[in-house]
Amino acid sequence: MLINQFLLLGAVLFCIGVYGVIARKNAVMVLMSIELILNAVNLNLLAFAMNMNGEGSADGHVFALYVLAIAAAEVGVGLGLVLLIYRNKRSISLDELSEMKG
Amino acid sequence: MLSWLLGAASGFARPKIDYHALAPEIILSVGICVVLIVDLFISESKKWLTATIAGVVLIASVIPIVTLAVIGDNTRSLFDGRYVVDEFSLIMKAMFLIIGYVVVLLSTNEIEEGGYYQGEYYVLLLSGVLGMVMMTSARDLVSVFVAFEFLSIPTYMLAAWRKRDTKSNEAGVKYFLLGAFASALMLYGMSLLYGVAHSTKLSDIGAAITVKGKLSGVEALAIVFIVAAFGFKVSAVPFHSWAPDTYQGAPTPVTAFLSVGSKAGGFVALVSMVYLAFPLAKDIWQPLMFVLATLTMTVGNVMALKQTNIVRMLAYSSISQGGFILMPFVVAGTKASETSLKTIVAYLLVYATTNLGAFAVVIAVTRKTRSGEISALGGMLTYAPGLTALMTLFFASLAGIPPFGGWFAKVSAFRAVLEAGTGYGYAIAVIGAVNTVIAFGYYGNIMREMWMKPAPDGDNSRVEVPPSIIAALGITGAGTLLLGILPHLVLRFGDLNDLVHTGALGK
Repeated sequence: MLINQFLLLGAVLFCIGVYGVIARKNAVMVLMSIELILNAVNLNLLAFAMNMNGEGSADGHVFALYVLAIAAAEVGVGLGLVLLIYRNKRSISLDELSEMKG
Repeated sequence: MLSWLLGAASGFARPKIDYHALAPEIILSVGICVVLIVDLFISESKKWLTATIAGVVLIASVIPIVTLAVIGDNTRSLFDGRYVVDEFSLIMKAMFLIIGYVVVLLSTNEIEEGGYYQGEYYVLLLSGVLGMVMMTSARDLVSVFVAFEFLSIPTYMLAAWRKRDTKSNEAGVKYFLLGAFASALMLYGMSLLYGVAHSTKLSDIGAAITVKGKLSGVEALAIVFIVAAFGFKVSAVPFHSWAPDTYQGAPTPVTAFLSVGSKAGGFVALVSMVYLAFPLAKDIWQPLMFVLATLTMTVGNVMALKQTNIVRMLAYSSISQGGFILMPFVVAGTKASETSLKTIVAYLLVYATTNLGAFAVVIAVTRKTRSGEISALGGMLTYAPGLTALMTLFFASLAGIPPFGGWFAKVSAFRAVLEAGTGYGYAIAVIGAVNTVIAFGYYGNIMREMWMKPAPDGDNSRVEVPPSIIAALGITGAGTLLLGILPHLVLRFGDLNDLVHTGALGK
């Protein structure tokens, strides 16, 4: 069965995403890395669902649809917030977000 | 695949929906739409009406909870057991709705005077409360995820509510990026759990992980990811870095909401995952919880000692309180399982009333002092004796001095971990005891400032406390006293028979 390849691709995407969240200093790039993780999740869910055939299969399909829809809402809010800091600071670098410390 | 799905749909029978059990959620959803529509049609000077409607909606949603509790029949299980209304969810729903009501009371003046968008503010606040209310009943990975996002996304926007203030922007962005990352981690863990259990229902997952006996690496990975994700939400160290900045930058009523509502939402999710989805995988999550609880208590306390800003100090204090709520989780899978669940419920109730009260006093006092520094609290005894007494009450309760609520909550947390009789239980009890003593340091520091120091600018004019904040102070003050003097009230609610019977404790 092909499931191993799908899961491996999912794991690779997940690792790239986590690396991006940790290493990138640009807010939009971090948002894109989070999207990569969510794609890995959907790939996993669908690979598992296709592998199940029948019992419990619909759960995975429904879950993937919910992930898509809610991720879109989340990115909408995220881009709004990034726009907000761009308007006030003329920069979306996360390094410059350090007014509060301690 | 499509043909299979269509084939399955042909045998589709409409599930019976128990509208009484869903009534709180339905009232809240309708209320959100009403606030949104009313906001469109009223003039700027009448926008305060949206706050009133939001308060009425929250109180109205409590009514079906009371009737459900009075009828007191068996657990109501909806949608194939994926959405369950039992005693645990009823008491938690009531708590979240009252938290929402108190936050509305705290927000009214601040939001109106600041010239912020009022209608939208209350829509988002109600949406956040709706997410928390859903979380208490969610017994399926999909509904846990939807509720989790529902309680997170509105609060990202609320944290950045002061649009022109770069501190508030920073608070919102930091909270959003870490929150979105946490929910992505949680989803990856959930997708692995689904693959292992062939179902998204929590009880099915619990059964699938139990049967095999020995845990596979995939299961362990999934559990670690999920616990870490909820660790972000409850700001457990080392996932706490967003909390102090977000709490300080956000408008203070929003901070009160985040530190109580959203944190309790995370704990409710953690309860349903730990007690229902993987109760028997305790080899994995017990050491994890031990480390999280230890670090959270200790780091929160030590950092709180050196803060000079009152809201930032309350942020670290709420982190360390979170560590105490994590304490009973360490013994969740042992013979003290039932006590630990009761303790978590009781601690959440006490923490919610006490912490909201402390924020209410801070909001009332900063209306006069216009400063977030702890040194600005000097002379409070002379110009606001009532507020000083209340603040002392709340801090004494947070520190665990009898006879207030916090004392009872701490005692039952220690009782739970000692009852378990495990090595982890004794170790965490010792660490908790040391931390309780450290906590007296910073709570005492504020009390000294209020009681002994003169006002820094010599201004002893009275504080004008608006009636809505007086109401909030009344509710939280009475709650803190009542929970301490009559702890049997919450212990009765904490009697979670239904959750025990649904197999929540892994029996």
